[in-house]
Amino acid sequence: MEQFIAFVKKEFYHVLRDRRTLFILFGMPLAQILIFGFALTNEVKNARIAVFDQAKDEASQQLISRITASGYFEIQEDVMDNSLMEDAFKSGKIKLAIIFPRHFENDLFHQHHAQIQVIADASDPNTATTLTSYISSIIQDYQAELAGGAAVMPYQIIPEIRMLYNPQLKGAPNFVPGVMALVLMLVSVMMTAISIVREKETGTMEVLLVSPFKPTWVILSKAVPYLILSLVNVLTILLMSVYVLDLPIAGSWVLLLAESTLFIITCLTLGIFISIKTKSQQVAMLISLMGMLLPTIMFSGFMFPIENMPLPLQLISNVVPAKWFYIIIKSIMIKGLGFEGIWKETLILIMITLFFFLLSLRSFKIRLE
Amino acid sequence: MVEHSASGAGSSKKSLNMIAVNHISKTYNGGAVKAVNDVSFTVDRGELFGLIGPDGAGKSSIFRMLTTLLLPDSGTATVNGYNIVTNYQQIRSSVGYMPGRFSLYQDLSIEENLHFFATLFNTTVEENYHLIADIYVQIAPFKKRRAGKLSGGMKQKLALCCALIHKPTVLFLDEPTTGVDPVSRKEFWEMLGRLKRQGITIVVSTPYMDEASLCDRIALIQQGKILSVDTPQQIIAAYPDQLYAVKAADMLRLVQILPTFRPSVNSYLFGEYIHVDALDINGDGLKDDLIRFLDAEGFKGIEVIPISPTIEDCFIKMLTS
Repeated sequence: MEQFIAFVKKEFYHVLRDRRTLFILFGMPLAQILIFGFALTNEVKNARIAVFDQAKDEASQQLISRITASGYFEIQEDVMDNSLMEDAFKSGKIKLAIIFPRHFENDLFHQHHAQIQVIADASDPNTATTLTSYISSIIQDYQAELAGGAAVMPYQIIPEIRMLYNPQLKGAPNFVPGVMALVLMLVSVMMTAISIVREKETGTMEVLLVSPFKPTWVILSKAVPYLILSLVNVLTILLMSVYVLDLPIAGSWVLLLAESTLFIITCLTLGIFISIKTKSQQVAMLISLMGMLLPTIMFSGFMFPIENMPLPLQLISNVVPAKWFYIIIKSIMIKGLGFEGIWKETLILIMITLFFFLLSLRSFKIRLE
Repeated sequence: MVEHSASGAGSSKKSLNMIAVNHISKTYNGGAVKAVNDVSFTVDRGELFGLIGPDGAGKSSIFRMLTTLLLPDSGTATVNGYNIVTNYQQIRSSVGYMPGRFSLYQDLSIEENLHFFATLFNTTVEENYHLIADIYVQIAPFKKRRAGKLSGGMKQKLALCCALIHKPTVLFLDEPTTGVDPVSRKEFWEMLGRLKRQGITIVVSTPYMDEASLCDRIALIQQGKILSVDTPQQIIAAYPDQLYAVKAADMLRLVQILPTFRPSVNSYLFGEYIHVDALDINGDGLKDDLIRFLDAEGFKGIEVIPISPTIEDCFIKMLTS
């Protein structure tokens, strides 16, 4: 145990005495949180929506068929009550819901104005605004058609738009979980991999191996400091998002930190696996960047919506741990879900972690080469 | 001083030898590079044993096999009675190893490095301070300095302290004096002599032939093969011929002309002299012939001195014959 503590202490010396490492560790999360506010806008195709048609008359059916014909939307299900709709939103099955009131046609043709409710999942604000504006323009087209070219619209449909989860359409909810995934990937995977490979490269691993300290403990004591530093990073990012970006955390802090710890451990096992398989710091860094960071950016759903990708890419996204972490963090932070809402994603992360842990254990060498 | 390890799993047959190497071989790149080729030798307890050979002779590979860092392709070896393959854990806890490259933490200070390695071996600096005392006092004034900022000689002293701090039974030093200035080299060998007197078995490798005479016994090694294992005195005594040191005013021409003197004569530059070794004729006959030959060639300031060979001459002799 004393050896372990001495080792962890030594590891902290390494980190704290290297200005570049310190900068990557603590400068980057701050910079990224501030920079990523300007997220990219994306065109949305085949967004899955739900329709709650309480009228079931000719006018509502006409409007629904226009919405489906536009190509932007795909009706996932016809829901019959509000609680079902709520569930569909929470599980992420739908991005948007349209609710026609009873007597829609009656209101429209007799009272000359009717209402229609449009509810969007605004935890991804870009997608939500794009989708609602598409719906609005389809409704306007329909109105114009009914007017038959008259200058004054005789029949008015007023869409009542509601943004779920993120009514002010803040960009932060979207990118805070993304930046968290990105930073943890960078710190936990790359830094761990590099710090272990550095011992190989500088030859200190030779001295460490020729000692009573078990080689597996060498690796484990490397992971501890980075676990602690990563947790500090998570806390920094969360505190910044609460106090600087005014984004309250809807769900439980404890659950959020527990899930973050799980993801950090996932990343650490990935980092250790890379370090076992590589011999130089450059290779370890390249693999961490190309093999981990790039997929995290592309396939976590943080920059590019996964629903819009071709099927093969959607399948690939399933093996990217950051995707599951991103879903978990969004669910807790923004939707306020409890563990019952994210246990599937948690289980997948645990499986990925176990897989790489066992793989590392198998390929770990107690000698050089 | 000698540690008895009767209870060890691999020490069923207790021998006098601290290290016994039996026909070990090691190849790299799937057999393409033969680093160590059928090497056997033994090291006695308390002995200062030298592996002498040029770069790439396979010295480091032998060290890494004996310190259990590499597995031999074939052959067996024991260190303090422990098998290097099956009892690797016992060897790792009982030997001290100083790799060829400086392998301490450059961003840790002298003090921090020493304490870290002491803790790693379940001991403290205070407990075994007497072992390192006369080495450590030389670097103690700089103990707050980072290891990366030390001079070559100081780095080696620190590395030696770190390898000694757990009171090893055997000390493996892979080229400890390479890249170290002559004064520090001399000091370093004096330290090894003192450690030897404390009963520690030391195996040291070096490419410097002049350091060979400081060892109790040496193994001359070239291209993975051992040419000879003996005391330096015996190796020199076994030199078969009379060796001459030759000098003249025009050394450049002398180097070119000497090979034409006689086909059986071997000559090579050695410091400010040229060493000439005759295989067939010994004694003054050769000396007179040589002087006459050089006179005829018009050399001025001719010197031909009979000398006793150094280890390097023995090494060259073994390579050419």
